Amino acid sequence: MTITIQLNGRPVTAEVSPDTLLLDFVRAHGCASVKCGCETAGCGLCTVFLDDVPVLSCSVLAARADGHSVTTLEGLQDEAAEFVGFIADQGADQCGFCNPGFVMNTIALLRDNPDPTDEEIRSYLAGNLCRCSGYEGQLRGIRSFLNSRKEGAQ
Amino acid sequence: MSGKSYRVVGHSLRKKDAMSLLLGKPVYLDDVAPKGALVVKLLRSPHPHALIETIDTTNALKVPGVAAVYTYKDVPKTRFAIAGQTYPEPSPYDRLILDRHLRFAGDPVAIIAAETDAAAARAMKLIKVTYKILPAVLDPHTAKDNPVLVHPEEDWFPPCNVGGDNRRNLVASEVGGDGDVEAVLADCDIVLDRTYHTPACNQAMMETFRTYTALDGYGRLRVLSSTQIVFHARRILSRALGIPKSRIRVEKPRIGGGFGAKQTAVCEVYPAFVTLMTGRPAKLIYTREESQIAGSPRHEMEVHLRLGANRDGHIRALDVFTLSNTGAYGEHGPTTVGLSGHKSIPLYTGGLEAFRFGFDVVYTNLQPAGAYRGYGATQGIFAVESAVNELAETLGMDPTAIREQNMVREGMRMPAYYGEPNNACALDRCMARCKELFDWEHRYPVRDMGDGRVRAAGVAMAMQGSCISNVDVGSATIKLNEDGGYNLLIGAADMGTGCDTILAQMAAECMDCPVEDVAVFGADTDASPYDSGSYASSTTYVTGKAVELACAQLKQKLCALAAQKLGVAESGVEFTPSGVVCPADGRVLTLSDLAYAAQCGSQTALEATVSHSSPVSPPPFMVGMAEVEVDTLTGEVRVLDYKAVVDCGQPINPALARTQAEGGIVQGIGMALMENVTYDRHGKPVERSFLQYRLPTRLDMGHLQVEFEQSNEPTGPFGAKSIGEIVINTPSPAIAHAIYRATGVWHRSLPITPEKIAMGKQ
Ligand code: FES
Ligand code: FES
Repeated sequence: MTITIQLNGRPVTAEVSPDTLLLDFVRAHGCASVKCGCETAGCGLCTVFLDDVPVLSCSVLAARADGHSVTTLEGLQDEAAEFVGFIADQGADQCGFCNPGFVMNTIALLRDNPDPTDEEIRSYLAGNLCRCSGYEGQLRGIRSFLNSRKEGAQ
Repeated sequence: MSGKSYRVVGHSLRKKDAMSLLLGKPVYLDDVAPKGALVVKLLRSPHPHALIETIDTTNALKVPGVAAVYTYKDVPKTRFAIAGQTYPEPSPYDRLILDRHLRFAGDPVAIIAAETDAAAARAMKLIKVTYKILPAVLDPHTAKDNPVLVHPEEDWFPPCNVGGDNRRNLVASEVGGDGDVEAVLADCDIVLDRTYHTPACNQAMMETFRTYTALDGYGRLRVLSSTQIVFHARRILSRALGIPKSRIRVEKPRIGGGFGAKQTAVCEVYPAFVTLMTGRPAKLIYTREESQIAGSPRHEMEVHLRLGANRDGHIRALDVFTLSNTGAYGEHGPTTVGLSGHKSIPLYTGGLEAFRFGFDVVYTNLQPAGAYRGYGATQGIFAVESAVNELAETLGMDPTAIREQNMVREGMRMPAYYGEPNNACALDRCMARCKELFDWEHRYPVRDMGDGRVRAAGVAMAMQGSCISNVDVGSATIKLNEDGGYNLLIGAADMGTGCDTILAQMAAECMDCPVEDVAVFGADTDASPYDSGSYASSTTYVTGKAVELACAQLKQKLCALAAQKLGVAESGVEFTPSGVVCPADGRVLTLSDLAYAAQCGSQTALEATVSHSSPVSPPPFMVGMAEVEVDTLTGEVRVLDYKAVVDCGQPINPALARTQAEGGIVQGIGMALMENVTYDRHGKPVERSFLQYRLPTRLDMGHLQVEFEQSNEPTGPFGAKSIGEIVINTPSPAIAHAIYRATGVWHRSLPITPEKIAMGKQ
């Protein structure tokens, strides 16, 4: 079947089989940031935005995105660059394999809730596994980004 | 005590690859492997123990897009080990690429190579196999001298004598000690006799095992693999495939986590074999299920110990025996087990009069184990630290006080640690600081929160090593470039730990330049200097020292060249950040001048390579304290707070060291409370995906806080020891302790699940 997806703002038309996963589709179309950690909707690494809503691309058929817009970290470099340096300052990037999914969901969180509490951060990102960092450095990084943004606003 | 202060070392610089990783750049194996490779898949045995009676690939080969299907009939007949260890490996040569004899549910039966995933999957279904099912050895307790042999083959070969015997299902066996344990135990006021059990846990690094292979322009085998051990992988492939090492090149891209899993060449041989046979590029990416059931998890160990003490809390004797289950193959079997005693008993060197430590490592028809962060020390420390907590509670003593009374201290020789000296040790300060940080005095007492919820606290100490002494080799090459910057070439593998950055920090410190001026490259067997690889907590300590020594050599070369150009004696020049100066007359040759001079009519290479190995393995130390809340009705445990203080010598990059500690603690929490590897009664693994194998999420770990108490290790670079592994060792015993405080029940078998707590079962 032929589908057309607005991938990071540009239309991509391609032939896919009915069982092609959105994860494989975006990776095949230049979006290597999207990672697979589990194949069973359990790790959050494959997070992309489908019409601006975070979804697990390992559990969405490419066909379902036909006619919709899909955004990956490749399309959000500037928005991500605003805060990821704070994660780097904590050394919490570690192996980095979970980072794109984590960054995508953090962007979604901050769009929804620009000033979250620690508890809100933890629960929003609960589906994003990280085996390296122990999560605490990621939290400190987001917190220090929020603090610096507040200071900047004053 | 704070150590010396440095310009670059000891500072929390960002990881050199941080922005690439955080912005999702294509840097991992599946991002960089060229497209068009054959897809490799493995048909795996459904039975834990079987012989292939017949195997028919005719129909599979007819599937359009299938390039090849291989069975045991097609592969070389030389046995090898896939453990990443220095030659001669302590692990037995007990594998073939494919074997007619299948030894665990998941053992590969056939290799399929196809143009697409779909074709490979179809072909897999069309391979016809008849199995002769054999009785399986599923219980490590009855493995030794079982009439059923996991490795009856004549060509089973142990390169080192470690007391193994394949006719007895025994991979290794040993007993050693110091002093008369029986006599001291007989003289003790109290002897605790206990057994502790740690199951096999999966590393569950987010990037599964994966390898890409191709032939290069010279017809050599190019292997791109997510590995911690490029040089060992080359040697393993050479033996397994029967081709010379000079025909193989192994490189690693960025690695999506390892934790020891990738210290074993779990998947490299399969695509490599396909490429050699077909001449075509091949790629194998393990599914999460394959990583769970056919990876290289922690060795299941049962530690039986007797601890003898006096009523005043003086710990006088430890008698430890470990039964380790290596599963179907012996990777890391003989070595992991050693740490269960040698890195737990020495914690109590303070008052110990005698110890004995013995072990058996047995084969079973279960998933083969491998190397996982902590490498046996984790299992041993769970046992010894739990027993010490039991002793304290039995005697009604504060468990921190009993440790202060007995712990190993700086300056002691450690008989249970191969007689090595404890040159740098802040364990006492770690304990004092952790108590303060945690507010032990007020949080140790049990607090009833109402509604059946109880809060309580627990404590544990830990140690590890900083390398395998007299074995591990770390090397570094440093070269000067024309603009005064440097290239640092290493064979160690940054798997997210940040070693590329910390080694660059050390080089920058030595060369008195910004860390941005040091470009790091690693690891590639064609270009990197030899390194055992990144494991055994050795990279900072061993490779770091090599960096320091290589820098010193390069400086000397720079001074010699400058002296020659300036026409003065070598003693008449000095190395400075801006170049080599002749203080007598103020003349300077900048680094750029010198680099250009070495490129024109020169016989001097401005580079230095140094290999380093250490006769000792200085232990890092750590204290961890956990506060938990137990719902005594449902058995639910929440870790509210975890505080830890670590002595890793001088932290080279405190932010990265802290993240290592935090990450290790959360893995340890997972191991203590939820991660399990179990089998159904047919010997098939149950936890096949993240749905069944639950990893800790952000909601499972409470609040973490890690601090450092510095010591200064005289043999380490800038006083550094190690950090990577020790950090996983304290949560299990500390949390088991806290749960006992809350419920009155000691849980001696991990993980301590809500079911076990609610049932009050041990
Ligand atoms: S790969 Fe999609 S959630 Fe894990
Ligand atoms: S950084 Fe490695 S999994 Fe998160």
